[in-house]
Amino acid sequence: MPLGLLKYGFSKRHPAPRALPPRPDLKDSYDVVIVGGGGHGLAAAYYLSKYHGITNIAVIDKGYLAGGNTARNTAIIRSNYLTPEGVRFYDESVRLYQGLSNEFDFNILYSERGHLTLAHTDASLRTMRWRAEVNQHCGVDSELIFPDEIAKLAPSLNLSRDVRHPILGALHHKPGAIARHDAVAWGYAIGAASRGVELHTRTEVTGFGIEGGAVTSVVTDRGTVRCGAVLQAVAGSSSRVAALAGFKLPIRTVPLQACVSQPLKPFLDPIVVSGSLHCYISQSSRGELVMGGSVDPYSLYQQRSTLDFKEGLMANMLELFPFLSGVKLLRQWAGIADMTPDFSPVMGETPIRNYWLDSGWGTWGFKATPVCGKRMAETIAIGKAPDILDPFRLDRFERFDLVGEGGAASVGH
Amino acid sequence: MKRQRQRLDVGARIDRGQRLAFRFNGKSYEGFSGDTLASALVANGVRLVGRSFKFHRPRGIYSAGMEEPNALVQLGTGAASEPNLRATQVELFDGLEAASVNCWPSVNFDIWSLNDRVSSMLPAGFYYKTFMWPTGLWMRYERAIRAMAGMGRTAREADPDRYDQTNAHCDVLIAGGGPAGLMAALAAGRAGARVILADEQNEFGGRLLSEPEDGETIGGRLAVDWVADARAELAGMAEVRLLPRTTVFGYYDHNFIGLIERVTDHLGGAAPEHLPRQRMWRVRARQVVLATGAIERPLIFAENDRPGIMLAGAARAYLNRYGVQPGEKVLVFTNNDDAYRTALDLNAAGIVVPAVVDLRADPQGSLPARAREAGIEILAGHGVVGTKGRLRVTEARVAPVSDGAVAGPARTISCDAIAMSGGWNPAVHLFSQGQGKLRFEEARGVFLPGNTIQANRSAGACNGAFPLAVCLAEGTEVGALAAADAGFGAPVLALPETKEAEEAPMEVVWQVPSDRPPGKARAFVDFQNDVTTKDVKLAAREGYRSVEHFKRYTTTGMGTDQGKTSNINGVAILASALGEAIPAVGTTTFRPPYTPVSFGAFAGRELHEFYAPIRRTPIHAWHESHGAVFEDVGQWKRPRYYPRAGEGMHAAVRREAIAARSGIGILDASTLGKIDIQGADAAELLNRVYTNAWSKLEVGRCRYGLMLGEDGMVMDDGVTARLAEDHFLMSTTTGNAARVLAWLEEWTQTEWPDMKVHMASATEQWATVSISGPKARNLLAELTGDFDLSPDAFPFMSFREGIVAGVSARVFRISFTGELSFEVNVAARHGLAVWTACMTAGEKYGITPFGTEAMHLLRAEKGFIIVGQDTDGTVTPADLGMDWIVSKKKPDFLGKRSLSRADTLRSGRKRLVGLFTEDPKTVLDEGAQIVAEPRDRPPMKMIGHVTSSYFSPTLDRSIALALIEDGPDRMGQTLHASMPGRTVPVRVTEPVFFDPDGERMRG
Repeated sequence: MPLGLLKYGFSKRHPAPRALPPRPDLKDSYDVVIVGGGGHGLAAAYYLSKYHGITNIAVIDKGYLAGGNTARNTAIIRSNYLTPEGVRFYDESVRLYQGLSNEFDFNILYSERGHLTLAHTDASLRTMRWRAEVNQHCGVDSELIFPDEIAKLAPSLNLSRDVRHPILGALHHKPGAIARHDAVAWGYAIGAASRGVELHTRTEVTGFGIEGGAVTSVVTDRGTVRCGAVLQAVAGSSSRVAALAGFKLPIRTVPLQACVSQPLKPFLDPIVVSGSLHCYISQSSRGELVMGGSVDPYSLYQQRSTLDFKEGLMANMLELFPFLSGVKLLRQWAGIADMTPDFSPVMGETPIRNYWLDSGWGTWGFKATPVCGKRMAETIAIGKAPDILDPFRLDRFERFDLVGEGGAASVGH
Repeated sequence: MKRQRQRLDVGARIDRGQRLAFRFNGKSYEGFSGDTLASALVANGVRLVGRSFKFHRPRGIYSAGMEEPNALVQLGTGAASEPNLRATQVELFDGLEAASVNCWPSVNFDIWSLNDRVSSMLPAGFYYKTFMWPTGLWMRYERAIRAMAGMGRTAREADPDRYDQTNAHCDVLIAGGGPAGLMAALAAGRAGARVILADEQNEFGGRLLSEPEDGETIGGRLAVDWVADARAELAGMAEVRLLPRTTVFGYYDHNFIGLIERVTDHLGGAAPEHLPRQRMWRVRARQVVLATGAIERPLIFAENDRPGIMLAGAARAYLNRYGVQPGEKVLVFTNNDDAYRTALDLNAAGIVVPAVVDLRADPQGSLPARAREAGIEILAGHGVVGTKGRLRVTEARVAPVSDGAVAGPARTISCDAIAMSGGWNPAVHLFSQGQGKLRFEEARGVFLPGNTIQANRSAGACNGAFPLAVCLAEGTEVGALAAADAGFGAPVLALPETKEAEEAPMEVVWQVPSDRPPGKARAFVDFQNDVTTKDVKLAAREGYRSVEHFKRYTTTGMGTDQGKTSNINGVAILASALGEAIPAVGTTTFRPPYTPVSFGAFAGRELHEFYAPIRRTPIHAWHESHGAVFEDVGQWKRPRYYPRAGEGMHAAVRREAIAARSGIGILDASTLGKIDIQGADAAELLNRVYTNAWSKLEVGRCRYGLMLGEDGMVMDDGVTARLAEDHFLMSTTTGNAARVLAWLEEWTQTEWPDMKVHMASATEQWATVSISGPKARNLLAELTGDFDLSPDAFPFMSFREGIVAGVSARVFRISFTGELSFEVNVAARHGLAVWTACMTAGEKYGITPFGTEAMHLLRAEKGFIIVGQDTDGTVTPADLGMDWIVSKKKPDFLGKRSLSRADTLRSGRKRLVGLFTEDPKTVLDEGAQIVAEPRDRPPMKMIGHVTSSYFSPTLDRSIALALIEDGPDRMGQTLHASMPGRTVPVRVTEPVFFDPDGERMRG
């Protein structure tokens, strides 16, 4: 029991540190303005202030802190990707995540559950074997396992052969984990704020001042501020904010829905994904089933949910877990996903000098929060993207040097 | 069996003639028809029904409806067991069995209530601040914490019940059948509109059901009689559908509404077989009327969570609707006039009301006056500042309060229940779900419907109109307006007169002060998740200022009750802690569903055989009767191989493949996608979607085509035949048939609308029997006399029409096996007959049916690709060594531009090659990675992977296809493939292993 809680419990005044300071007035000028106060933007602010000595930073967000996809994702962390570039990148993220609670002294409830990607056909078994091989060659713990081993990890799964899509095998990724998504953002925010970073929520960016090909100021609904550099980290609105700066992104924006059940006594330890059945499920530390499916088949910027999403998803859930019929769905919601053609993110330089981009996070942004924050901070601090980000640069779409991760996406897109 | 000691002898809407036996926490009780589980428990004097999530504090029944945070039960046992049901919503049936959730060993003695002893150390968000040190131990802590997660348990067997789904359209959908909803239904129904009226209760009437029988009157009739009349009139209207026991749970775009009807839940084991348990209605409504009522707001005071403390409206409901005493001495605590109704009704029923504690300094309405007349003591300007009692409340401490502070000494009032009310919150959930904006009204501290973009109107209590007369008036008005907007004229409807008591204004009090030292006496805001006022203030102090942060940090409103009684109080206390106005802090977004809905209802009938319909070819029955082992290809079942007695897959595939190479093999190819393309621009369409040229293809000839995405990557392939100048038949891969058709439609509809071309799927209209092998011509000759089969007259890559085995057929001379092959296409209904004819006539040639596994092997020997196996969406024609099929002359085709991009042209791309293992017996794993320099440990540089791998009986050695960086430049090189636990040396070779010149298939 740490001292803080003991003090809180025994002292009559119940002291508590102010973790998140109230919004200050905007200053005239910042070294770095980070547009987007979600997990990625806050992480970049944190690493800039803690490791690069840059603290004159404003994080600007239209809504409340971490209220976009950081608040809406299903909190799955994994590195079992298909391309070596992807595996290397996400593996660094997993390693950072593992130490994050201690780094913050704020428990993000990181829970290593193991991650099972089910294969229902020979073709998907082949892909799983391929992914396992790529992962192992990159030093990442993934292996192809078969129903007898799956039964040990997830005894509640319906492993009968006598179903429409029998489970033939699975890619088992032991480091697969879930974490408390809000806590990740709060941890970064608290750490950044304690080093002087200003958090400007409910502040909308409406334009950018660009001189001689370089960004020099950010226009907001609370006034204009000069800036040395800009980081754009606005998942779900990447194209719209880039348009304010005058460049285009190869991004299609679609809703991604998710839902949770009522809390139940734990019966499912690993995270279970079925690409063929378009669904994924994990049981949270509160006992809720956290579930998602494919992205919606149309472009939309609105965070609203639909009925047919649940119908399709639940039919698939009951195929995997037939005993869940009587379990009740508690809440559903939607986030907005910026899909790229190759299912990999876009990071680094833009056509505008000192305007750095962190976008294209589709349905895979949360798991990259630490590595992205750390590496984007490094990029801004030294003015150049490090090697690990190089495969994800924006101009790859002109040259067509893609990082094809379609095969490692959890579900259909 | 215990006596129902808290049951009154007369009155109420229960049927005392129908006794129902039930069990709760292992004990037997009895209730009456018309009871809920909650009312029956109260009738039997059961106070303690559950434990809270975090501190496992003892909790009692708090409400009489869907807002219940405490009384969660596990209903039933075995496969039909349901977790986390609210006892207040479970209608009692004979033989019902229920138990409290989340307590051990019992609800009376719960070991986990130890948490409560250290609760001061476990404030909101405590878990973010601990369990981190020493590093790495968290996962051990977590295992222990995880054991405490969750409320109820899932059944562990499949649910035997059925859930149905249905669709409906209507002019006016009315959510809520209380006075406002009934009036709206009458107004719209009499105007002639198609109306659906849904109410979550077992009978219509809303709050009128909970009032005393001799209370309010409507149109000179007792309120409940007026309800019965209205219901009878509505039931007689042909265009009106009444749905009791039906919750409107979701309000989606364009007035698309989700309803869940509990069809037989209330019947228990007596449910008739033919009825589903629940039915989901998907309704598209022209107009929506929201008459969803209001939810009583609790007063937040110190020690407010003991069993026996309940909402005043609920106490009235138990008394008047269920004939149950909520207690023997019921203290009433309020800031408004409505709770006086509870006091008066209790008093009239002979229950002791020691006092009405009113936070208002000088309550002067007609209801307080009546209470005084009845001799009930009114403690004006007082508040409950603390309570006592372990498993149920035994006394209240009452003190004068003013200006938010205790203003005098407290006195103790003995009681066994407290009925309290902090006013009513309009149920704006559905309005908000439908993207409506809420506005805040200071005077009553309520959120009300504001602007909306959807076609809906709110009426009655959910619109802030609490008096009965206003409810009826608003219901009438919006019902008529909704009908008018849906195209129906003015209804004939007079507003009935009402007789009801007038109410004086309430006084908004978000938090009742206490004389106990802060920190000693907890005041709970969220009962299920044990969030106290202190927790809310802690969140504010720590900087969790946004409503969403407060909610997520403290878990307020995250329980199964979705914060119906806690959200607004929490927001108000947060606002006061932040020194901001409530509207500035805002309210959380209301999200569907309104109340939790079961997975089974969402899935409906789409289970088992209806889950993902199986597609079978016309020849399926033959395959089955001949022992085929099937594999799923898309939705299709395809024979994978036909094992003979004692044969495993490898032996069967070997036999089938050898037969196709040496005699005749026969394959059911009916699943391949077939798209019929017609029109003057049909050839031009093919020019645009395939990489090669089609204009000059002669009628009667076939051509192989590769289809690319806009990114230049191979998307599909297949053979297309020209049946006539303006008529083509395209074949696609089995799995891609629908996608290719959609692709063609998308381009012709959105980009090339001027093209004169139409297309339709013909996959299921045709059965395809593919015969392959050196004797194929001999066999076909026996089955047709219609056309010349000689190589000159019927060359490779052409087609003929004629009679085969007595039926009209299209015969294509194309080959995927590399052998002399004919694909005989006949009308689907003749497929089995033609197949059987081939088998009979082919017997002398040793005709052998072969499955997909042998087919894959045979094509791999020829180096023919399978899209999706040897390609993965990142492979160009050049990567496959198929430049020959990419036209250099055509001005454009889909994907052409991408083929000239820098990265598409660069060296170092992965390209298709063949691989021979050094040991010819070793068969590589598909998906195995290729490295140039094997090392003992990762990371290793991967330069490619195996896409197809087989043992070839024809070559008597293993073969593999692989995508390898600069593969064709590595011919003859030795590389290494990783296999489980070892690496295998492989030699790079050409990807065509057999008959490279194609003499056999052209012969």
